[in-house]
Amino acid sequence: MNNLNPKIFDKDVEQVPIRQGYGEGLLQAGEENEKVVALCADLTGSTKTSIFSDKYPERFIQMGIAEQSMASVASGLAAMGKVPFIASYAMFSPGRNWEQIRTTICYNDSNVKIAGAHAGVSVGPDGGTHQAIEDIAITRVIPRMTVIAPCDAIEAKKATLAAASMVGPVYIRLAREKTPIITTEETSFEIGKSQIFYTPQEETDKKVGIIACGALVHQSMMAAKELEDEGISVGVLNLATIKPIDTAGILSFAKEYGKIVTVEEHQVHGGMGSAVAEVLAKDHPTKIEFIGVQDKFGQSGKPDELITHYGMDKESIKEAVKRVLTE
Amino acid sequence: MSHLHDDKIKELEIKANEIRKSIIEMLVEAGSGHTAGPLGMADVFTLLYFHTLKHDPKNPDWEDRDRLILSNGHICPLLYAVMAHSGYFPIEELKTLRKLGSRLQGHPHREYLPGIETSSGPLGSGLSQAVGMALADRMDSGQKSNKFFYCSLGDGELDCGQGWEAIMLAGKEKLHNIIGIIDRNNIQIDGYTSDVMPLEPLKEKFEFFGWHVQEVDGHNMESVNEAIGQAQAVFAQPSIIIANTIPGKGVENFERDFKWHGMPPNKEQGAEALNELRTLGGKIKSEHE
Repeated sequence: MNNLNPKIFDKDVEQVPIRQGYGEGLLQAGEENEKVVALCADLTGSTKTSIFSDKYPERFIQMGIAEQSMASVASGLAAMGKVPFIASYAMFSPGRNWEQIRTTICYNDSNVKIAGAHAGVSVGPDGGTHQAIEDIAITRVIPRMTVIAPCDAIEAKKATLAAASMVGPVYIRLAREKTPIITTEETSFEIGKSQIFYTPQEETDKKVGIIACGALVHQSMMAAKELEDEGISVGVLNLATIKPIDTAGILSFAKEYGKIVTVEEHQVHGGMGSAVAEVLAKDHPTKIEFIGVQDKFGQSGKPDELITHYGMDKESIKEAVKRVLTE
Repeated sequence: MSHLHDDKIKELEIKANEIRKSIIEMLVEAGSGHTAGPLGMADVFTLLYFHTLKHDPKNPDWEDRDRLILSNGHICPLLYAVMAHSGYFPIEELKTLRKLGSRLQGHPHREYLPGIETSSGPLGSGLSQAVGMALADRMDSGQKSNKFFYCSLGDGELDCGQGWEAIMLAGKEKLHNIIGIIDRNNIQIDGYTSDVMPLEPLKEKFEFFGWHVQEVDGHNMESVNEAIGQAQAVFAQPSIIIANTIPGKGVENFERDFKWHGMPPNKEQGAEALNELRTLGGKIKSEHE
């Protein structure tokens, strides 16, 4: 289905950091359009901006640790017809520079693309200061902003290219750790379109739909597959674009499965799950369980330890599916 | 920068007086808004819009125009007044300031009114936007870039850290096409800048960051014009002009008092101010001539 990677469920599935896709997408966007420029706030290597800046140093602006100015400088570049991509850790952009993004980019209707790397608790040992788990909430609340949380490096590359092709501000959420490759070059991608990534082989009377985004899409698919052995039919919808949200896709998925679990590496308040709830509460009230960080800050630890600690691992997802069935 | 002949100076001074009258009329009608800054910068903006800027009010999107980026968005009554008087829109429309549906938002919105380069108001970010524009133009034209990016800044907004991020970047990038003009009126909402957050030595601070710095009397058209000419001629260095101004300039009641930063005159105060401006109050050079 959807031309996904046939090795998704294999132990040796290829794993690549999602941010790698940003760097590769940025390079290709730069090759295709000479107006594409990149800015970075002293994190050129870890945001993978270096893939672009190595080839196009004359179209790269090293900002230093100045995320606020970076957002507004990008707005100025866009006013002159450039297509600027700005990158830092999500905690600092769109975290630290939120007002500059709101006023000088979105209120100005400025064609700037924002890449927030190291989003989620899976940043790991750096600890809570560096783990952006509020970024979806603060970006999707701004009018005009498009918000995308790709599930793997290939989707991140497509999202970056799609962002370069559209006019308007876009936030692309990236994760630090290596993440299993779910999609392939052939998998379709369109901003604003959700995709069913997993459909149960057999239909039982116990049906639940998982709506996931970002690095946890893989965990969700693993959970769905394992739950099938327990007689529960679980579908998985990849909601890469959180805004503009795919209302029709979500409604038809919710009508098909009846009960929903949302899965994201983000605070449950204001994130993707909240966005889904806004859609369903209005047009098709549905029971929902929310997997995400429950109003807490992150801390140091190994990425997988943290995902488990905050209840976002495969087992937690399975439990949430069972919980929503019994409620 | 072309030299200013005496006749032209006189013409600009009369124009500045007209602009001040419009500012008072707008503020009285709006019932809210900022008084001190717009009056204080009226001479500089009159010079910019009626002499310096390469622009075409009938073709506001003209690609080769100079850009005026208003970082201190709250002085927009002044921007609106010079724009209306130079033909961007009817002078009559000035009376809609701050009203529902008006193109003249309380702080300027780029999409509402053609000729506005950036939406602004939240302080500290205009210089970054100007630097971004100047960088884009230099990427395209190199040192031959002959557009100028004028950024109007308030002195109080230099409290913001972001401004210094932009100042560092412009210095690093040696942007010759940036000309910042600071309204050094020594006041901000809460009081005198020296009490709220001292900025001095301002000239030296900019110099340390690699900028070409000039200080001028912001009410002397000739001096400001000459400083802009100097700034345009500087090679591979951004320029800042510290324009020393009197807040509320032109209306004695409003001058030098920080309480007029964010307050409009009421009807009576407005009428008195207009009377003073109509009679030129003995303060404007051309009156003596």
